[in-house]
Amino acid sequence: MTPFGALLAQASSLDTFLTKLIDGLALGSIYAILALGFVIIFKSTQVLSFAHGAIAAVGAYLVAYFVTIANWPGRYFEGLPHTLRFIISALVAVLAASVVGMLIERIFIRPMIGQPLFSIAMITIGIDIILRTFIDDLLGQGGNVDLGSPWGILSLSNVGGIIIPHVFLAAIVTVVIVVVALVLFFRTRIGVAMRATAFDQEAAMAQGISAGRIFALAWALGAVLAAIGGIFASISPRGFGVTGGTAFFALRAFPAIIIGGLDSIMGAVVGGFVIGVSEILIGHYLAGASGTLGLGFTGLIPYLLMLAFLLVRPYGLFGTEEIRRV
Amino acid sequence: MRGRPLLHVDYESEQSLFPTMAQKVILTIGALLALSIPVGVVPGLKFLASPGWLQILVIALIFMVGAAGLNIVTGMAGQVSLGHAFFMGVGAYTAAAVSGHPTEALWGLELPMWLGAIAGGLVAAILGIVIAPTAVRVRGLYLAIVTLGLVFIGQHVFRNWNQVSGIPELGREWGPFQLALWDIDGPALDLSTDGEWFGVFLPHEGKAFIFMLVVAGLFLLLSKNLARTRIGRAFAAIRDRDVAAEIMGVHEAKAKTQAFAISSFYAGVAGALYATFLGFLPPEQWNLFLSVQFIAIILIGGAGTTIGVVLGTLFVQLLPRLVENFTGFLEEQIVGETWLAPLADLIIKTGEGDFGILSLAAQGPGLSIFQANTILYGLLIAAFLIFEPLGLYGIWLRIRNYWKGWPFTY
Repeated sequence: MTPFGALLAQASSLDTFLTKLIDGLALGSIYAILALGFVIIFKSTQVLSFAHGAIAAVGAYLVAYFVTIANWPGRYFEGLPHTLRFIISALVAVLAASVVGMLIERIFIRPMIGQPLFSIAMITIGIDIILRTFIDDLLGQGGNVDLGSPWGILSLSNVGGIIIPHVFLAAIVTVVIVVVALVLFFRTRIGVAMRATAFDQEAAMAQGISAGRIFALAWALGAVLAAIGGIFASISPRGFGVTGGTAFFALRAFPAIIIGGLDSIMGAVVGGFVIGVSEILIGHYLAGASGTLGLGFTGLIPYLLMLAFLLVRPYGLFGTEEIRRV
Repeated sequence: MRGRPLLHVDYESEQSLFPTMAQKVILTIGALLALSIPVGVVPGLKFLASPGWLQILVIALIFMVGAAGLNIVTGMAGQVSLGHAFFMGVGAYTAAAVSGHPTEALWGLELPMWLGAIAGGLVAAILGIVIAPTAVRVRGLYLAIVTLGLVFIGQHVFRNWNQVSGIPELGREWGPFQLALWDIDGPALDLSTDGEWFGVFLPHEGKAFIFMLVVAGLFLLLSKNLARTRIGRAFAAIRDRDVAAEIMGVHEAKAKTQAFAISSFYAGVAGALYATFLGFLPPEQWNLFLSVQFIAIILIGGAGTTIGVVLGTLFVQLLPRLVENFTGFLEEQIVGETWLAPLADLIIKTGEGDFGILSLAAQGPGLSIFQANTILYGLLIAAFLIFEPLGLYGIWLRIRNYWKGWPFTY
């Protein structure tokens, strides 16, 4: 049993609930970050990127490469504290991921402007396969590389019976920073240009906005968010380093954007938290039934929630309803 | 009307399955050539008569049935489905429960294969009908995500329903690949032992090939025929503009339900035959990659066309073998130290520390043959969509149009 589990076993039911709630919020913040990336790319370029999971895995792998395999910042700065080394590596990895995102946009997506949405989505599936195979090859058969995160399995606080692992706090703080940064970004000159392009591409171009640059920027932003999500998804207790499954973890953020609405930034965040919290809470309270429901049924909760939501609100909580006309 | 294949003077000729004489001739020659493959008499196709190649071809024929199914829902009716692997899995496990050998931990009724395949198709079709209402409720990319969820839900169920699917990551055994009317021990058509048919010796893969040729031909013909029926025209109307179709009196919900039901039936039959032919499969087989493979087949072949299904399946299924042969060829160049050796050495990785993209070892750095194939799938999907959205069918159209006016440009 992990130290987390051992502490949890002694906790009272309210404390258990609160602990699980924070667990869910932390998971929700990972989903929210991943979903934000999807939505930003979709809103500005009308592309539903199935390559998101692969980009997340690329980001996580780069961090693992810098910290664990190459010991890259540590090699040049001997006395650097571990946390700082990790953060520097993460920043570089995230920047590298944004370059990957821009390259994908330039090579594969730009020639497809004006083509059916489904065709472009299929292209991103192709990209996903390519990136994922390269990552699998680097990891080796069933292999995993630890990220060497500063938040180990023992790094947790006990606040009046509520157990809070520090990595959860880091995830929640990160999503808050990201959301605030995005809100501020959308008020800058470039941010307004981006919103204008998303609203009406032709009108925006008539105002002198370069739609191509906005597309590149959207993919860069999306890739940055994907990489951040991928990094947190590979840190224990969510994942044990980068594995072949890291890319599939990101696909679980799809339900979040469906619940929030494909084209709503706000919806992505809300959807992410709804999925995260319900996955953890339902998983916890139905843990006794895992014999009948099968091992790992918590991974299904996002998809089942999504199906239920779709039947009630096909365009999500905040999505714009499509007007059908001939 | 000779020489003017596009001039129709009655509805019958316009609607016929194979409108021109050339198509009928090509089809007949193609069918005869295909039938002769396991015998190995036609020069140039003799190498295909080996059991290894025949096995690949049988699987390709089974995939053709599945791809024809996805073509109905995605190509004809325009409903994006990433859930094809799920329906194939349903068909396969229904077949396992019907025709498999029962043990203490496994279900199985030991009925003949054809019953298993049809039951698999029917159960998959029923599930398709259950799923179809979501396709009425949600459209386009939303539907793609829903069907993606279906694959994950299916994987979970297959992994955990051990009476049907066997041990996770190991799997279970299916019934024999035999065409028996009722009694498995006395099959009407013996497909699983080598032997003579009409005085010609055939390996059992060869027999399976001929059997599957008939089955796949039947399914392809039915799907081609579907396109010109009332149902098929309703599909096309829904695909091109669903609101307009509704205004013309096409019942949208009904048409979509029919599309999903027929498509899932095809998928179920294909899944059942695939699993029965291979005999032993893990529950992880029915994953997203399988769905993507079928999408790739349709996109590479040309969505909405039957000839595209055939070309796409052959391309996607024979590609791994070609890559394998190519790597083998490069290796021979290095060993034989021919003039191609330096180039080959650049491409493949022969040992530790050697530069190369392809690796001959299954593990370790350097892409294995399987990984190289996977990357090729990805690249091909992207390349076809960017450069030739009509797929191989589009390339054929271009070649045909070029020769139509030859030697004049137009």
